[in-house]
Amino acid sequence: MAFTLYSLLQASLLIVNAVAVLHEERFLRHVGWGSDQGIGGFGEEPGIKAQLTNLIRSIRTVMRVPLIALNSITIVLLLLFG
Amino acid sequence: MDPAAPPPKRRGPARLADPRPLFEDTSATGASPGRGFGAPPPPPSASAAASSSSAAFGAPAAFLSEPVSSLAAAYGSSLASHVEGNLCRWLPVGRLKYYFAVDSVYVGRKLRLLLFPFRHPDWQVRYQQDTPVAPRFDVNAPDLYIPAMAFLTYILLAGLALGTQNRFSPDSLGLVASSALAWLLLEVLSVLLSLYLVTVSTDLTPIDLLAFAGYKYVGMIVGLLAGLLLGRAGYYAALSWCCLSSFIFTIRTLRLKLLWDASAEGVLGPILGVFSGIFVGILGFFWI
Repeated sequence: MAFTLYSLLQASLLIVNAVAVLHEERFLRHVGWGSDQGIGGFGEEPGIKAQLTNLIRSIRTVMRVPLIALNSITIVLLLLFG
Repeated sequence: MDPAAPPPKRRGPARLADPRPLFEDTSATGASPGRGFGAPPPPPSASAAASSSSAAFGAPAAFLSEPVSSLAAAYGSSLASHVEGNLCRWLPVGRLKYYFAVDSVYVGRKLRLLLFPFRHPDWQVRYQQDTPVAPRFDVNAPDLYIPAMAFLTYILLAGLALGTQNRFSPDSLGLVASSALAWLLLEVLSVLLSLYLVTVSTDLTPIDLLAFAGYKYVGMIVGLLAGLLLGRAGYYAALSWCCLSSFIFTIRTLRLKLLWDASAEGVLGPILGVFSGIFVGILGFFWI
């Protein structure tokens, strides 16, 4: 199975792009994973759904700007080297 | 026939009487202590590396006296110190040293534990004032020596197995290495993700998870060896045994490291992540 480090990097870049492009209002609200829908009480243990919602929201907030740089570098490199 | 026979006989003793020793004699310094159960031989490879490097440095002694090479040596040492300074900033080298503080008795016991985890009574890591004891003193502590050696041995053995099937080329060795590294990273990341999602409080660092992920390479090496020596049936038998033993080893080790409350619904997540990593990792190299 030719599963190389490079393909892992490509796949992770695509997945992070997908998470960043996800539009909360249109999609996540139907599933009930919107970021402003009650995540749970303050003193309770957050469940898996709340953790995933937090993860998605934090990825979107943190990775917006670095993704721009990463994507432009990847585009340039792919144009140059195929 | 007659003219050919005497010259080799005459040249033979002259070659034996060559005074300059090609290899440094490291056998007297106790470089090969008792090896443990079925260890991929790290001590002989370490002594071989030491002897070959000393041979390389002994021969070109005259080479270093030229001015250009002294300039190169000065540049090289400044580059090395610069790299070392940067490396100390990025990598926690002090922490890493803890994971390599092993000796061969520990390696032997740990390998036996990895392949026969059934009779081991006590899995708790011994602590010393809130930090775990070095692996040299406690067989339950994770280390990075065995995973690193097992990873490299697995790559070499995979190249050997590819060669016996006439599928070998020098690129394929690099491909196997890169693929193994990618699977390892994927497994560590999936375990980290599942640990985060299940909010289990633990004192496992990512390096610990890397060590546990690397332990499965020992099982894969045993499986590969069995497959090379005993054929397809031996491969499957050894592989299923190593799957079972690494499963039990991982569960018994992580059960003590993951501190959870009475609610047991969070148990499945990380264990499933680790087990799927093991299973997928073994499947990923399924080509015999």
